[in-house]
Amino acid sequence: MWSFPLLPESASTIADKIDALFYFLVAVSLFFSLVITIGLVFSAARYRKGSPASRKGALNDYLPLELAWSLIPLTIALFIFGWSAKLYLDMRVPPANAMEVYVVGKQWMWKIQHPEGNREINELHIPVGRPIKLIMTSQDVIHSFYIPAFRVKQDVLPGRYTTQWFEATKPGEYHLFCAEYCGTSHSGMIGKVIALEPAEYEQWLMGTSRTGVAMASSGAELFDRYGCRTCHRQDTGPRGPALDGLWGKAVKLATGQTVIADQEYIRESILNPAAKTVAGYQQLMPSYRNQLTHEQVNQLIEYIRTLPPVRGQ
Amino acid sequence: MAHNPESTAAHAHHFVDMEQQRETSTLGMWAFLVTEIMFFGGLFVSYALYRSMYPEAFGAASLRLNLVLGAINTGVLICSSLTMVLAVRSAQLGHVKALVRYLLATIVLGSTFLVIKAFEYTHKFHEHLIPGTSFRFGGPHEQHAEIFFSLYFMMTGLHALHMIIGIGVLLVLLYQSWKGRFSAEYYSPIDVAGLYWHFVDIVWIYLFPLLYLISRD
Amino acid sequence: MGKTEHHAVVDVENDYIHAGYGLKSWLLTVDHKRIAILYLISITLFFFVGGFFAFLLRLELMTPQGDIVSAETYNKLFTMHGVVMIFFFLIPSIPAVLGNFLVPLMIGAKDLAFPKLNLLSWYVYNLGGIFALYALVNGGVDTGWTFYTPYSSTYSLSNVVPVVIGAFILGFSSILTAVNFIATIHKMRAPGLTWFKLPLFIWASYATSIITILGTPVIAITLCLLLFERLMGVGIFDPALGGDPILFQHLFWFYSHPAVYIMIIPSMGVVSEVVTCFARKKIFGYKFMAFAIMAIAIFGFLVWGHHMFVSGQSVYAGYVFSALSFMVAIPSAIKVFNWTATLYKGNIEFRTPILYAFGFIGLFTIGGLTGLFLASLATDVHLTDTYFVVAHFHYIMVGGAVMGYLAGIHYWWPKMTGRMYNEAWAKFSALILFIGFNLTFFPQFVLGYLGMPRRYYIYPDEFQVLNVLSTAGSTILGLGYIIPMVYLLWSLRKEKNVGANPWGATGLEWTTQSPPTTHNFETIPVVTSEPYVYHQEVKSGA
Repeated sequence: MWSFPLLPESASTIADKIDALFYFLVAVSLFFSLVITIGLVFSAARYRKGSPASRKGALNDYLPLELAWSLIPLTIALFIFGWSAKLYLDMRVPPANAMEVYVVGKQWMWKIQHPEGNREINELHIPVGRPIKLIMTSQDVIHSFYIPAFRVKQDVLPGRYTTQWFEATKPGEYHLFCAEYCGTSHSGMIGKVIALEPAEYEQWLMGTSRTGVAMASSGAELFDRYGCRTCHRQDTGPRGPALDGLWGKAVKLATGQTVIADQEYIRESILNPAAKTVAGYQQLMPSYRNQLTHEQVNQLIEYIRTLPPVRGQ
Repeated sequence: MAHNPESTAAHAHHFVDMEQQRETSTLGMWAFLVTEIMFFGGLFVSYALYRSMYPEAFGAASLRLNLVLGAINTGVLICSSLTMVLAVRSAQLGHVKALVRYLLATIVLGSTFLVIKAFEYTHKFHEHLIPGTSFRFGGPHEQHAEIFFSLYFMMTGLHALHMIIGIGVLLVLLYQSWKGRFSAEYYSPIDVAGLYWHFVDIVWIYLFPLLYLISRD
Repeated sequence: MGKTEHHAVVDVENDYIHAGYGLKSWLLTVDHKRIAILYLISITLFFFVGGFFAFLLRLELMTPQGDIVSAETYNKLFTMHGVVMIFFFLIPSIPAVLGNFLVPLMIGAKDLAFPKLNLLSWYVYNLGGIFALYALVNGGVDTGWTFYTPYSSTYSLSNVVPVVIGAFILGFSSILTAVNFIATIHKMRAPGLTWFKLPLFIWASYATSIITILGTPVIAITLCLLLFERLMGVGIFDPALGGDPILFQHLFWFYSHPAVYIMIIPSMGVVSEVVTCFARKKIFGYKFMAFAIMAIAIFGFLVWGHHMFVSGQSVYAGYVFSALSFMVAIPSAIKVFNWTATLYKGNIEFRTPILYAFGFIGLFTIGGLTGLFLASLATDVHLTDTYFVVAHFHYIMVGGAVMGYLAGIHYWWPKMTGRMYNEAWAKFSALILFIGFNLTFFPQFVLGYLGMPRRYYIYPDEFQVLNVLSTAGSTILGLGYIIPMVYLLWSLRKEKNVGANPWGATGLEWTTQSPPTTHNFETIPVVTSEPYVYHQEVKSGA
C-alpha cells in the first residue's frame, strides 16, 4: 500500500493532450498562488505595525494597476478557453471510421454489446490503435461511464443515447468507474476496460463471450418476431414507412421538420412512435416500450442500419 | 407586507418618517414580486420545453380544458384588478367608505374566480384528467398529455394558492379599513396589497392563452 | 465616517441583551440583533451536526473496503452532510447572523425594514430544519444533496419528501431575509451615506440578496415539481414517462450555482472589512471592489451549465457556459489582488480576525484557481464528479466561506457581546484550521486527478494513502472548529469592557456602544466622509 501513484496512467490518444493542458493550468495556478503568497507575506512582514519601513506613496487606488490585473488574467483565461475548446471538440466528434460498441447501464452494472454479437458485463474489451465509439443508454437512473486512464467521461442517461469516443494507445487493464451517483451500490458499479493488441482482440472476439450471432442478425430475428415487417415493407403502402436505406437519410415529419435517421431517431420511433410521425402516414404504431429490452432495441437499430436502399430509389 | 399595529397615523419606530416607511414597503413588495416572477418562471420554462417536445400532445390536451369557464374567469380577474385600483385610489383620497366597498368587491370577484376554478377541477376529476394512477386520456398521447395536465394543475394550482393568500390579506385589510385604520396619510398596506393582486392577475393573463388557447383556431 | 462618534458609556442595563428577560423576550423579539443571535445558535447547531456526518464519512474512507457503516448509510451520510451544510449552514451563515446584526448598524438604521418578517424568517428556517431532522431520524435520505432525477423522483426508497419539503421551506427564510436587506439598504441609509460610501460588507449583503431573490424561487418551484412527480407518479423529470431529467439539472443549477456566490460573496465582504481595518489603510480600489461583487453576482447566473459538461448538453452550450465561467474568474482575481494591495504600505496589526482573513485569501485563491480546471471543458471531462471537484468546492466553501464567517465572528464578537475572547487561543485555532484544512482537502485534488469518483463508499487500494492523509487532516480540522466554540463561550463569563470600538475601526457600527442598545443609535448619524479613512495622509493615485 505504500507505493501509490500520484499521476494517473495515460493510455489514450487524448490523454496526453489533456495532461498538457492540465499541467499548463497547474503552472498558471502555481504562478498566481506564488504571486499572492509573496505579496501577502512580504507586505505583512515589511509593513507590520511599528516597522520602520517607509509608507510614503501608499495608494488607495491606481487604475493602470487594476486594469493590468483585470486584463492579464482575462487574456490568460481566454487562451485557456480556446485551447480547451479545441480539445473538447476533438473529444466530442468521433472519427467516421470509429468502431461502435453499445453500452447499457443499470443499477449497478454495465452491459456491453459488440456489433459482432459478443456481450460482456462490467468489462469492455477493445483493440488498441482504433477509435472506439460508445453508444450508451441507461435503463433506470443516470450513470456516467468514466475511464480515468483515457481521460474520458460521459453521463449515461435513461431515455436517450449519449456517445463518447476514445482510442487506446497501450494494451492493459484500466479502471472503469460509474461517476454519477446512482444509488446504494454506486461505488460497486465499476469494471475494467481491457485494451488488447488487434490480433489478440480478434482472438478474444472468437472466444468465450462469442454468441455467434451478430447484433444485426439478432435484430433481423426480432424484426420478424414482433411483426415489424407487417407494416414496414416496400409494399405495405400507407400503413407504415419502408425502412430500406433509411439509415442516415433525412426524414420528413408530419410537423414539417426533418430529422436524420440515426440511433436516437430509430430508438425513439420504436419506444415512443407518437413523438415523431413521418409525413404522409398516420400514427398507428403502438409503443414497444414494455416489450423490448434496451439490448433488443440496440439489435433492431443495428439491423435497420444494414437494410440496403431498394434499387431505383 | 408591513402593516404596523401602532401606526394609524404615526410611522413605526425604526423609520424616519411616513414617506420613508411607504417607500420601503413598496420596494420590499417589488423585491418580493421579482421572486414571484422567478417562481412562476421555473414553471413557464418547463412548460415551454415540454410543449416544444410534445406539441401535438399539448394541443390535444389543451382542447379538453373548458374554454368558456376559462374566459369567464379571465374577465372576472380583470374586473377584480379594476376594483383593486379603485380601492387604492379611494385610500389615497381618504374615502374610507369607498375603500371598504371596493375591497369587498375585489374579494367577491376573487372568490368567484376560485369557485369557478373549483368547478373546473371537479370536472377534470370526473373526466379522469387528474395526473396519477387514475389518469385516462386515451389515444397515442396519453403519457404526454399527462405532463400537460401535471403542468396545468401545478400552474393553476399555484396561481389559485396565490389568490387564496391574496383574498386572506384583503380580508384583513377590509377589517382594518372598516375600523378606520387607513387614511390619506397612511394607506401603504392597501397600496402594497394592490401590487400583489395585480401581479397575480397578470400571471393568469399569461396562463390563460398558454393553457386554454394554444390549439384553438 | 467617524464624525458622529458617541463614545457612549457602556450601561449594562440598556443594551439589547438586557432589553428583556426570559425565553419569551427572545422568541418574540423583533430586534435584528437578537434575531441574529437566535440564528447564530440555530446554524451552529446544524454546523456541528453536518460536521459530525463529515467526520464519519472520513472515518469510513480510511480503508478501501466498507467497515464502519453500510453502503446505504454512507450514502445517507454524505447526502445529509451536503444538505445540512449547504442549506442549513452555509447559505444562512453570514447573511442571517452577521448580516442581520450588522446591516442596520452599518448603514445607521434602527432596525431592518420589516422586523416581523425578520423574526418570521427564523421560524421558517427552524420549520425547515424540523422537516430535515425528521427525515434524519426517520432513516435519512440517500439522493445526494443534488436530488438528481430520476433517482430522487422514482428510484430512491429513502425520505426524499420530508427533506425536499425542508429545503423548500428553508428557501422562504432566505427570501424573507433578502427582501428585508434590499429594502433596508435602498431606503434606510443614514443621511449622507451614498452608495459609494457604503462599506463593502453592505455591498456584499446587497449582491447576495439580489442573488437570493432571483435564484431561490427557481429551486423552490423545481423542488415542488419533484415532489409532485414523486407523490403523483407522473413523469415531469422521469424519461420513462416522457419527462426530461436534464431539465431538472438545468433548473437545479440555475439556483445552486449562484448559491455558491450566496455563500462566498458575504465572506468577501467580511474579509474586505477586516483587511482594511487591520492594515490601517483604506481598501485598495474601493469602486473596483464594489463593481467586482456585483459582477460576480450577475455572471454567477450565467454559468450554471458548467456543472453539466458531461451530461449530454450540446458542444455549443458547453462553449458558452465555459467562456462565461472564465469570466467569473476575473472579478474574483481582482478582489484577491486588491486585498493584497491593501496590505502594501499598510500598518498591519496581527490580531485574530486578520489571521482568519489571511486564511480566507490563501484558501480562496487555491479554490478559485482550481475552478479554472473545471471551467475548462476538456479538463473538466476528466475531473468532474471526482474528488478534484470535492476538493475545489471545499476550498471555496469551507476554506473560503467558513474562514470568512469565522473572521467576521471574531471581528464583530466584541460588538455583539461586549466582550473580548482569549486571543492566544483564537490565533492558535486559526493556525490549526489552516493546517487541518489543507491536510484534509489538498490530497483530494490528487485523488481526483488520479480518477477517484466522488460519493464512493469503496475504492481501489491505490487510493488509500491519500485518503488516510485526508482523514488525518479532518481530525485536526474538527479540533480547529471545537476550540473557537470553547473560548468564545468562555468569553461570555468575562466583563463587558471592550468599549465601543476595540479595534479602532471605522464604520458606523463602531460608533455605538458594545453591545448596542435596542435602537442602535440614539440619534441617527450623519455621514460626511468616504468609508475606511484609516490613514488620512494617503494620497489617491492616478
